[in-house]
Amino acid sequence: MSSLRAGIAGIGFWANGLPGWNDAVAFARAGTLPENAPAKPSPLLLAPNERRRAPESVAVALEVALAACTASGRDPSTLPSVFASTHGDLAITDYVASTLASEPRALSPTRFHNSVHNAAAGYWTIGNGCTAPTTAISAYDASFAQGLLEALSLLASGHEAVLLAAFDASATGPLATVSPSQGLLGAALVLVAEPPSAATRLRVTPVAASAPAAAGALGRRFSDNAMRPMLPLFDALATGGDAALLHAGPGRALRVECAHG
Amino acid sequence: MTSAQARTMPPLSVGNYTATTALGAGRDAQLEALRARRSGLRANDMRSPGGHDLLETWIGRVEGVEAVALPATLADWDCRNNRLAWLALQQDGMMESIAALRDAHGAERVAIVVGTSTSSIGATEEAYARLQDGRFPADLQRPRIHTPHSLGAFVEAATGLRGPCITVATACSSSAKVFAQAARLIEAGLADAALVGGVDTLCGSVLYGFNALGLVSPRPCRPFDARRDGLSLGEAGGFAILERAAPGERGLQLRGYGESSDAHHMSAPHPEGLGAQLAMREALQRAGLEAGDIDYLNLHGTATPANDKVEALAVAALFPPSLHASSTKGWTGHTLGAAGIVESAFALLALEHGLLPGMLGSSEHDPGNGPQLRFDNAQREVAFAMNNSFGFGGNNCSLVFGRAA
Repeated sequence: MSSLRAGIAGIGFWANGLPGWNDAVAFARAGTLPENAPAKPSPLLLAPNERRRAPESVAVALEVALAACTASGRDPSTLPSVFASTHGDLAITDYVASTLASEPRALSPTRFHNSVHNAAAGYWTIGNGCTAPTTAISAYDASFAQGLLEALSLLASGHEAVLLAAFDASATGPLATVSPSQGLLGAALVLVAEPPSAATRLRVTPVAASAPAAAGALGRRFSDNAMRPMLPLFDALATGGDAALLHAGPGRALRVECAHG
Repeated sequence: MTSAQARTMPPLSVGNYTATTALGAGRDAQLEALRARRSGLRANDMRSPGGHDLLETWIGRVEGVEAVALPATLADWDCRNNRLAWLALQQDGMMESIAALRDAHGAERVAIVVGTSTSSIGATEEAYARLQDGRFPADLQRPRIHTPHSLGAFVEAATGLRGPCITVATACSSSAKVFAQAARLIEAGLADAALVGGVDTLCGSVLYGFNALGLVSPRPCRPFDARRDGLSLGEAGGFAILERAAPGERGLQLRGYGESSDAHHMSAPHPEGLGAQLAMREALQRAGLEAGDIDYLNLHGTATPANDKVEALAVAALFPPSLHASSTKGWTGHTLGAAGIVESAFALLALEHGLLPGMLGSSEHDPGNGPQLRFDNAQREVAFAMNNSFGFGGNNCSLVFGRAA
């Protein structure tokens, strides 16, 4: 099986208690937690009133996407983007399903258009004035790995840089028993086809293997969130690890080798 | 990369394709109804999940979905959306084509890329309407159907394909974008072939959601008609097989794709159709074609006042008057995440049979319509056909199909 390569130009991260990539690195290396971490992300991309109303899943996606772009020095309006989420916004699904059961004609139009899986992708392109392509995908517990393949494919098709953002939020109501997910977790990468020499380089190879559960510091801390299968990569990036195995589907994985610049 | 830099793509062969809609199951049913100008729309008979409400509107409901029985080995996937997926997979020899593809390339080298907007959320709605002590009823305690990837994972289980497997959910552009993503996976060497498709079923979320947005018509939709007042919702499923084109082959091909974002509004299109134009221009560039080369364009044409106005502007800005452009939503309703695959199938039928559908239910041209927008069917040779699909969030995709030279 052939491998695909990319460089990392920027990383974004947000999770409860670790509101940035530097915080995640410090935690993964030394177990330290920042003081006074905000309870939820406050993405600057949205106007203040939208920031308050935005679904949690959209807020965390925009927060990490913008952080990754800022770290990369890239203009977000120029980047094609891939938004990966296992379940989308579970709290909105809970609202929609319970409203339909009781009073269907009372369904909120805003919450309906926020219920689409590409809500974060839509707000991202609108907020940045970005006319580049964007997509929103799910592959259940393989969502991050499949999103990574789409991002790498975009590079292979001629794009010079691409944004990949992955996130999941908390389940609420009866849905929480079938689609459990707790807390807010998001991470983003700006991937480039021709990285500068100082950049971390990835080599990604699909393999027939079962990826073990995330066992690093980040993987253990956020093991209740549905996007946990991405954490082996972020633990490796935070600690200078040289490889991670990502769940990519039943009996399949992506071997990601990291060469740190 | 801006659209000005899109490079031409190597053509991909469309090995087989199928669609199941309110017009019936399989390609022949689509072709016959398009020819006969017979609509699949009916007065809404799909009640709210709790059963106590019925919207006054028209829907494109697929006959017989309730009677579909999944094989026992797939029973855990049972729900309306996966039944429709199964029904669509049984048409036009698609399962046999998939088996042949598996034998030719190996299951690991064939990707599954499928699109949907709401996947099997209808099952989640049903669970909430039948909660027992605040919990899902026992028969619906099946986590894999209450999540967007229900569709992709079901198709994976149903076909035995083992390559990359992904569900694209960008609202109403979903199953057009699957062609673009599959083309990239093949170009990147991650697969040698792909099963692409899309399935969406009528459910409370879409009926009451679009109703809440004021976008649903109380009567059959009238695309590009001056009196249009909203959409008719529908459901559908369809699939196609994409492979690298072999030298000297004959047959249908994917020649280009274009994707863009409006960067304007979550549920309203850009007023000048900027994103639509970008997507169409990029698809033409990838195909190495000029706008004048396209013979038939299947429009998104939802029959909402805003969509059709903007799409008419975009078409007029790009295409010569000789183009035959139409929306087929008067036949099928707006099948949302399945619209991309259904209307790609209609574009492929136009290439194969020279049938250029007009529009159904529309009789009074909007003053904004250019000469490209046709209400009547036409019959003539088609060399290249294009399909537009646009979704919430300003998510646009255009595809170009042709025949091997």
